[in-house]
Amino acid sequence: MKAQQISPPSADKRWKIIDVKMRKLGYKSHALIETLHSVQEAFGFLELDALRWVSKSLRVPASKVYGVATFYNLFKLKPQGKHNCVVCTGTACYVKGAAKILEAIENFASIKSGETTGDKELSLLTARCIGACGIAPAVVYDGNAAGRLSPEQAIEKLKGYLHAV
Amino acid sequence: MLFEELTAIAEKTKSERKQVCVRCCMSAGCMSSQADEIKKSLEQAVAEKNLADKVEIRRVGCMGFCGKGPMVSVEEKDETIIYQEVTPENAPSIIGAIAGGKAEAELGDSKHPFFTHQMPVVRSHGGRIDPEQIDGYIEVGGYTALHHVIQDLSPSQVVEIIMQSGLRGRGGAGYPSGLKWSMVAKAKGEQKYIVCNGDEGDPGAFMDRSVLESDPHTVIEGMAIAGYAVGASLGYIYVRAEYPLAINRLQLAIKQAKKHGLLGDGLFDSTFNFNIEIRIGAGAFVCGEETALIASIEGRRGQPRPRPPFPAESGLWGCPTLINNVETLANIVPIITKGADWYASLGTGKSKGTKVFALTGKIRNNGLIEVPMGITIREIVEDMGGGTPDGTKIKAVQTGGPSGGCIPVELFDTPVDYESLMKVGSIMGSGGMVVMSEETNMVDVAKFYMEFCMEESCGKCIPCRVGTVQMYNLLKKILERKATILDLEALEELCDMVQNTSLCGLGQTAPNPVISTLRYFRNEYLELLQPLPGEKID
Repeated sequence: MKAQQISPPSADKRWKIIDVKMRKLGYKSHALIETLHSVQEAFGFLELDALRWVSKSLRVPASKVYGVATFYNLFKLKPQGKHNCVVCTGTACYVKGAAKILEAIENFASIKSGETTGDKELSLLTARCIGACGIAPAVVYDGNAAGRLSPEQAIEKLKGYLHAV
Repeated sequence: MLFEELTAIAEKTKSERKQVCVRCCMSAGCMSSQADEIKKSLEQAVAEKNLADKVEIRRVGCMGFCGKGPMVSVEEKDETIIYQEVTPENAPSIIGAIAGGKAEAELGDSKHPFFTHQMPVVRSHGGRIDPEQIDGYIEVGGYTALHHVIQDLSPSQVVEIIMQSGLRGRGGAGYPSGLKWSMVAKAKGEQKYIVCNGDEGDPGAFMDRSVLESDPHTVIEGMAIAGYAVGASLGYIYVRAEYPLAINRLQLAIKQAKKHGLLGDGLFDSTFNFNIEIRIGAGAFVCGEETALIASIEGRRGQPRPRPPFPAESGLWGCPTLINNVETLANIVPIITKGADWYASLGTGKSKGTKVFALTGKIRNNGLIEVPMGITIREIVEDMGGGTPDGTKIKAVQTGGPSGGCIPVELFDTPVDYESLMKVGSIMGSGGMVVMSEETNMVDVAKFYMEFCMEESCGKCIPCRVGTVQMYNLLKKILERKATILDLEALEELCDMVQNTSLCGLGQTAPNPVISTLRYFRNEYLELLQPLPGEKID
């Protein structure tokens, strides 16, 4: 069977970006992780329809696609909040009190790490190490790292992001 | 590209340089403290003071002193002034100082042991060249080593040079790189691959991120040289997704190298072809293990498989594959340029060259350092690091991440080399060095690492999948003061079992933080234990 384009689940234009990615990698099975990255970048998370479509397009069994999607921490199977806040829990941050920052943010947002607030405003995550140990303890807000934070400063910063339009 | 064109670019770039070079650190750490605003502010000041003919503002990679970032340096003639903790507000005064004014920004001390004890080999361009411009790399001799090996040396001669240099893998295990190269060179196969392991997963380590962000072309050139030596035409760089800046700069560097004909077909008018593709990780620590990394590049779950066969024989898609860590590959160009003898003259008997460490934790001067092998931990932590910031006593330093161990202050005269660190129960590891003070509870440290291993265990083999959970629960029980001596015995037994029966490095080394804290800080465990029923309480 020859590699070929399979029509996407909907008319959404974002599917096109993902198809371009798969075509570039020759619809080969090893394109799976790269493709899932594209899906997540385009849609914010991996919905089941997307996984089914990728499975057909790359001719990888759905079970394997699901297996890969659930194996890697970065892939999200649920929609994420409008903003995200990643608390680094690497060793340097741990030594410098990352646990207190995480606790403070959990209390502030009333969610646990890995969860999203009911109003879909904020997803709280932890990272193993973002490699910014020089500025420990560090938190990443919507992709922007901030360092040398106290729990209070971490919450102030978070408020700034949540209230930004 | 021809050699003449390469030298022409180098000369042209050099001739266009201005009298004063102001370098602005723009790696991930400083970027988080408004480094881009600082650069803008510096540029604006240059324009306002009409100094554009005299002063160049250069974006550079990591200058190393991350704890005092953002860093800015001013080089005029042979003199360099360093400024630390610069803000966008006081940045213009740095430009003012060039014209004879006074700088308000805090002056750094370039004569501090933090800088003077360093020996930059891998990081010789870090913090000096613009990582986003290939011309800057060519100006400092970039890609001439690749030209040299293609034009003047046979592949086996290149392998021989790496062998002679004594270089050992910088990913942690310290396997002789030359031996690995020769295994892949000798392996039979039409198609071979080079894989650069940039899945720097150890928490508390950021050497590879810094190298990729500061000097991506060195890694690319090192990979191309490796490709020539072992007969591979395609290379993959596997970078973790947590390093977006490193990925961007690598992508840019690969694009530029292709455009200049330094990657692609028929390099330097020869028959040698070499291309590089990037693969981005998706957040799995175990992918730093080479067979798991290969599985991940192949688009599968990153689960390790038993070795042999080693990737050198059967790696990516069953082809002979050379896997080297970022820092290892960044050592190649200096070795080719300055010679194997020069490299072998650095360091100690069995550990040659230098090592980059990320010095972090409870330490005054934290940041990235490159030191000769054989330097003592005391020199690093006390002289370079300057002790703890709050004056509390240092208790231990942790090296090697979740696979490593803690070295107590009594053993700080241990030289940093592969064998000595192993002897004291830790490992060189990839280069994380986290300083812990009196305030740090060592049982809690062990639990911290065990939680890490438990969550990152891929689940393939039972000793690691189940063992780490059990060890974690026991550590938790001890910390909650609910455990007895019997639990401690069970913990030690489990350590032994998991160490000896796990499939891959992750499981085999997962007990290390427990074993090493038990070895040096057993008292901290014993203090938390409860008496057995019927046991007499003192």
